[in-house]
Amino acid sequence: MRDVAIIGVKNTNFGEMWDRSFRDIVVEAGVGAIEDSGISGEKLDGMYVGNMSGGQFVEQEHIGALIADYSGLSLDLHIPSTRVEAACASGGLAFRQAVMAVASGHEDLVMAAGVEKMTDVSSTAASAALAAAADREWEGIMGATFPGLYAMIAKMHMHQYGTTSEQLAAVAVKNHKNGSMNPIAQYKNLITVDNVLNSIMVADPLHIFDCSPITDGASALVLAPADIAHEYTDTPIYVKATAQASDTIALHDRRDIATLDASVAAGKRAYEMAKMTPADIDLVEVHDCFTIAEICAIEDLGFVKKGLGGKMTEDGETAIGGKIPVNTSGGLKACGHPVGATGIKQLVEVTQQLRGDSGPRQVDGAEVGMTHNVGGSGATAVVNILARKR
Amino acid sequence: MSVARFWRKQINRYNIVGTHCKTCDTHYYPPRNVCPKCRRDGDIESYKFAGPGEVVTYTIIHTAAEGFEMQAPYALAIIELDEGPRFTSQVVCDPVEVSIGLRVKPVFRKLGESGDKGMIYYGTKYVPDNDRN
Repeated sequence: MRDVAIIGVKNTNFGEMWDRSFRDIVVEAGVGAIEDSGISGEKLDGMYVGNMSGGQFVEQEHIGALIADYSGLSLDLHIPSTRVEAACASGGLAFRQAVMAVASGHEDLVMAAGVEKMTDVSSTAASAALAAAADREWEGIMGATFPGLYAMIAKMHMHQYGTTSEQLAAVAVKNHKNGSMNPIAQYKNLITVDNVLNSIMVADPLHIFDCSPITDGASALVLAPADIAHEYTDTPIYVKATAQASDTIALHDRRDIATLDASVAAGKRAYEMAKMTPADIDLVEVHDCFTIAEICAIEDLGFVKKGLGGKMTEDGETAIGGKIPVNTSGGLKACGHPVGATGIKQLVEVTQQLRGDSGPRQVDGAEVGMTHNVGGSGATAVVNILARKR
Repeated sequence: MSVARFWRKQINRYNIVGTHCKTCDTHYYPPRNVCPKCRRDGDIESYKFAGPGEVVTYTIIHTAAEGFEMQAPYALAIIELDEGPRFTSQVVCDPVEVSIGLRVKPVFRKLGESGDKGMIYYGTKYVPDNDRN
């Protein structure tokens, strides 16, 4: 297998973009990543696009072809383009497919992108589309919502480890602070623990400020074999590991309700692949679709003992400048969560951090970063490790 | 959910019928046709569960799923049946009565409907089993 490097990245703004279409935003991200990489689009050997539910959000399937077409890569060039789906982990999966294509030697210059346009439907319809990431026949039919499933994880975590609502709120407060320093973030406002605790209850114990929002956005990056990456950029970022794991589709079938075993397994595989341990990681973007999810993630990825994620957050150890900065982008909570784009956005954020391009939210001396992307309530997890040095 | 899709599992939902692997003596509800422990060595048979169980974890849903708006707030829970399997259902009672470890028993209830004139879906929900709490 060949080493692989990221040579160009781009996030669109994240938020409610009434004036822009699905194809507008993904083309902006793709063209931006190509410009950043210094290649020309016709040199691409393939494209992999993460998208959860074009069918339900914009009544559009055949996403791969649409994107190649509107990127100007179809009519004469006929560049292959593949849509990849694993609910909210679609972006992370698209990246992994792209890395494998380059690592195998089958393709050289490859784009990995992610996109979701969620605000063209009502919030009820968007919630119903997201609920399809759970088990429709045995969870959805009983009235389960996504916040409801993560609320049951939170209840269990509180019961087993004494995690508090204040500790959950501390995740949102920290991520809004990080988001306030990220120009593309959906929410740049600062919030307090009291703001979170006084916001409306969605599914006990999760308040609306414990939940990531509904977001439009797209992200893209360009990969090249590491051996030739320096031909395109002075700051290639190397892919040290890309790992994926599966777990039961329904939350009720998990070994432990308060642990995402898929995160544990993908993390373990990634550390082995990179020959690293959690102590080697300088920053991590985790899948904080709900505040409890960030607490589980930092535990399941080995940054803190199981059960102590809430305390670690409350103690400020996951803030920029802390022991392990978590979600410098603002995370899904403040940067926004266009589900298919999120996994790629995390990689763009870590790439920019490792290049030293992150302005006021820069993690000083960042050499190695991790991303963690989850589908559904934990049925798919993708963990990647990037590094500044090969 | 389409009528056919619901109807296929009607017996399982109405009567808490799942499956049992004779090879490893594990029970499954919702039913599985492949035992995850034994896979091709498994020997699956249909199995009717007794019904009672307890709450493993729960939430009170305030922002309802589509079609469940009239029920909010409602208690959604993961129930562990006495034979071992876990599944998701609602606990029908005052939400403040629900707690982890609560003993519950099944009741036959309406789950939802396909619009004003559509099919009504029934299935199993749970209530506190006050003789056993």
